[in-house]
Amino acid sequence: MTKPDKLTLPLSRDLLERLARFQEVELQDVEMDLGEVELDIGQSQGGANPALLSRMAFEFALIRDSASRMAQLLGGGFPAGYAPLQAMAPQALAPQPAAPARPTALIPAKVTIPKGDYVGSVVEVKLGATKAEGGTRSASYVIGGERAPAFYNFQSPPPHKPIIALDVFDWPEVRLSKAVKMHFEEVLHDTGEWARVCVEKYGAEMVNLHLLTIDPLIDNAPPSAAVKKVEEVLQAVDVPISIGGCGDPKKDLEVFTAISEKIEGERLLINSVTLDMDIEKSARLIKDHDNCVIAFTSMDVNKARELNRKLYDFVPKEQIIMDTTTAALGYGLDYAFTVMERCRLAALKGDPELNHPLSSGTTNAWAARESWMKMGPEFSPRELRGPIWETITGQTMLLAGVDYFMMMHPAAVNALKTMIDGLMKGERPADPADWVTLKVGG
Amino acid sequence: MPAKELSPIEIYRGLPGTNCKDCGEANCMAFAAKLVNREATLEECKPLLDPGKAESYNKLWALLKPAVKAVEVGVGDNKLILGGEYVLYRHEFTYFHQPAMAVDVGDEMGDEEFETRVHVLNDFSYDYIGMKLSLDMLAVRSTSGDPSKFGEAVKKAAELTRKPLMLCALDPAVMEAGLDAAADRRPLIYAATRDNWQKMAELALKHSCPLVASSPMDLDGLKSLALTLEAYGIKDIVLDPGTAPTEYMGANLDTFTILRWDAINGEEEGLGYPLMGAPIAAWTAPAEDPVLHEWSEAQLAAALITRFTDIIVVHGISGWALLPQVFLRSNLYTDPRKPVSVEAGLMPIGNPTEDSPVLLTTNFALTYYTVASDIEGAKVDSYLLVVDSEGMSVESAVAGRKMTAETVAEAITNSKVSEKVKHRSLIIPGRAARLSGEIQELSGWNVAVGPMDSSGIASYVSDKWKPYPEG
Repeated sequence: MTKPDKLTLPLSRDLLERLARFQEVELQDVEMDLGEVELDIGQSQGGANPALLSRMAFEFALIRDSASRMAQLLGGGFPAGYAPLQAMAPQALAPQPAAPARPTALIPAKVTIPKGDYVGSVVEVKLGATKAEGGTRSASYVIGGERAPAFYNFQSPPPHKPIIALDVFDWPEVRLSKAVKMHFEEVLHDTGEWARVCVEKYGAEMVNLHLLTIDPLIDNAPPSAAVKKVEEVLQAVDVPISIGGCGDPKKDLEVFTAISEKIEGERLLINSVTLDMDIEKSARLIKDHDNCVIAFTSMDVNKARELNRKLYDFVPKEQIIMDTTTAALGYGLDYAFTVMERCRLAALKGDPELNHPLSSGTTNAWAARESWMKMGPEFSPRELRGPIWETITGQTMLLAGVDYFMMMHPAAVNALKTMIDGLMKGERPADPADWVTLKVGG
Repeated sequence: MPAKELSPIEIYRGLPGTNCKDCGEANCMAFAAKLVNREATLEECKPLLDPGKAESYNKLWALLKPAVKAVEVGVGDNKLILGGEYVLYRHEFTYFHQPAMAVDVGDEMGDEEFETRVHVLNDFSYDYIGMKLSLDMLAVRSTSGDPSKFGEAVKKAAELTRKPLMLCALDPAVMEAGLDAAADRRPLIYAATRDNWQKMAELALKHSCPLVASSPMDLDGLKSLALTLEAYGIKDIVLDPGTAPTEYMGANLDTFTILRWDAINGEEEGLGYPLMGAPIAAWTAPAEDPVLHEWSEAQLAAALITRFTDIIVVHGISGWALLPQVFLRSNLYTDPRKPVSVEAGLMPIGNPTEDSPVLLTTNFALTYYTVASDIEGAKVDSYLLVVDSEGMSVESAVAGRKMTAETVAEAITNSKVSEKVKHRSLIIPGRAARLSGEIQELSGWNVAVGPMDSSGIASYVSDKWKPYPEG
């Protein structure tokens, strides 16, 4: 005897209404040998109790499940098309009053705007010094001061705009992606000129000078040479600057000391102090010369706290920025994002050891192979893929709460600035964007 | 109740307490812990499915249900879940369902453009640490306002892709024509508005399709619409608060953040639904060059992926713009409870022999998986020596002195790699080049500086690697 594959039981509205009046429905003298049960409940307009229908579907599935198991016990195996029970998870069964009449007009409602009951706030840090402030810069910037998570403008808009700086290296051999290098080809051998191009041509608000030639494994240049380089950059540009070392804890401190002693009043941003440096010496140096410092740790909230705590013994909080490491999109950005976000939220909840402006080495985006690698035509050109990789890496960190960006590609700087401007603006558009009927493309 | 505050004890109280082990756990408490972590579902507890336990079941179900409803679109293997989220910030628990990415077609597009766009949707794929990054949905827009044109476009779309569809038209007559062409695919209907909601609700009920409630830049109106649709009997709702071009990004973030905050922490009625964003709105802003539109759209999409959307509609289909978007959602929807590092030690890849190369890397999970999958993909039989860098990538580990000549020499000794291979030649990552001399000195191994990126390992090994010094 051949059986049809499928039986569809139409449940009439009348039957459903009757069923809905009972707490329990018992099926008597029913014999079932089912491969597939389909309850066509889509057509049932009105009347039927949806929770009951859902429950019925579930009960049917139970029956089918038992039948299948029995079949299996008897050696018959699972019927074809058997799906596990959880695929039909029931809706919660609330005690069901008769279904209310359908609304004929919109039900008025009001959305609660969540209040930010934050007890903490981020300290403000001033970078650079104008002539009036004892330095030579044309502008200085204040960053930090947030009283709400990043761009929760409905609670408290950020009091200061995040600042974007471009990286400048004092070593022409520095490894740069092609998409980046093409913008700096002419100035690789002239540190001052490189800095000037960053500010005048590419709109950098600050310059991050990285003193790579002091590296004992590169040129091992003496601190006096580093001082010269800093002076050169200060001559070439009038924006505040940040001074980065080579990563050797001893050498960096020597160089930072020489620079701090020779160059007074500029409120430099020293990049950076780490847990394996002589913290007392470094910290006193920052305080004594009234500079600022980036406290750098590697993606660990507790280490960030530990470093700050150690610095507090010697430096006022208003001179400290935190950097908990930025990893590239695709290569740890999620960790980097979450550590920064946790630091910021903790600060707002009142953690007194994490309430500093945040800094991001967004240039790290170029460590992702997808930012520079030659790929198939469908992912080309890399001249766009690279800078957008850096942009989205930076933008994601911006939404975690970052206040200071160290970047590499001019287009990425531009794009992130546009995003920041849009975020700082409280306005709503006059008309909603109609994209449904928009005619784009052919 | 927000997921972060739920304890296994609360769940345990509602379980049958039989310790029957049917669920595969040692006892009910262990099962409760799995439930709290959403690593198990209530249906795995057979005794709980007894009709007599309905009350306990319902109570547990309510405790465990996500704050943002899981809405299904599409059918069969291509079914997608939108929403189903529990927390505002990923570190509070984890996010579960990556925002779906829909690309659009219009009912007035030429055949070639229409088909090209659907093929990009179908074929876009990128291998990333063992995952395939791809696109999810096709949004069919009625730009004509003509029901028969829309019906034809939807029919064509349904033939060209098995991925779920989203039908976009605000005129119910047009929508009806579209639904008639693809109702069996359970498409997402866009959209019910304050003007057409009743007719759209009827269509959604008739065809059992999820429905977007759209109220651009009017949050109260959106909630009002959602509550009305709920009362009308619509169960699967998606909320569209409107997306403005990047210029108004502050307003965009405000709306998405308020809605998700209220759904999770405020437990506000009518808002516990997936959120829809439309980065395609970037194309409505003036720009001289389509590249600028596409770039701006990618930024808008990335911001909305970061801030809580569950489905986005984009127009740009260039790989350079889509790739960072699919990477970002994959990253942010990775479970933050997973460890950052893998175990250090010597890992054989393929079937290495005593003449196979030995390569060095760090134990940062992403670094390890990237390098290992590159070597496996290139079928280079080798040993991978994984140094404990406290979970840092090669570049950061070298700069931060978490990988030094000392730790590498130690790893060589501890791994007993010298018993596995006859040669004494170690390939180190190009990014660790500065350590080469010191490693050679401390370990006594010959050090060769490999490529800057592990994608270059295969050609490096075949062209340059010589395990034994010549002569």
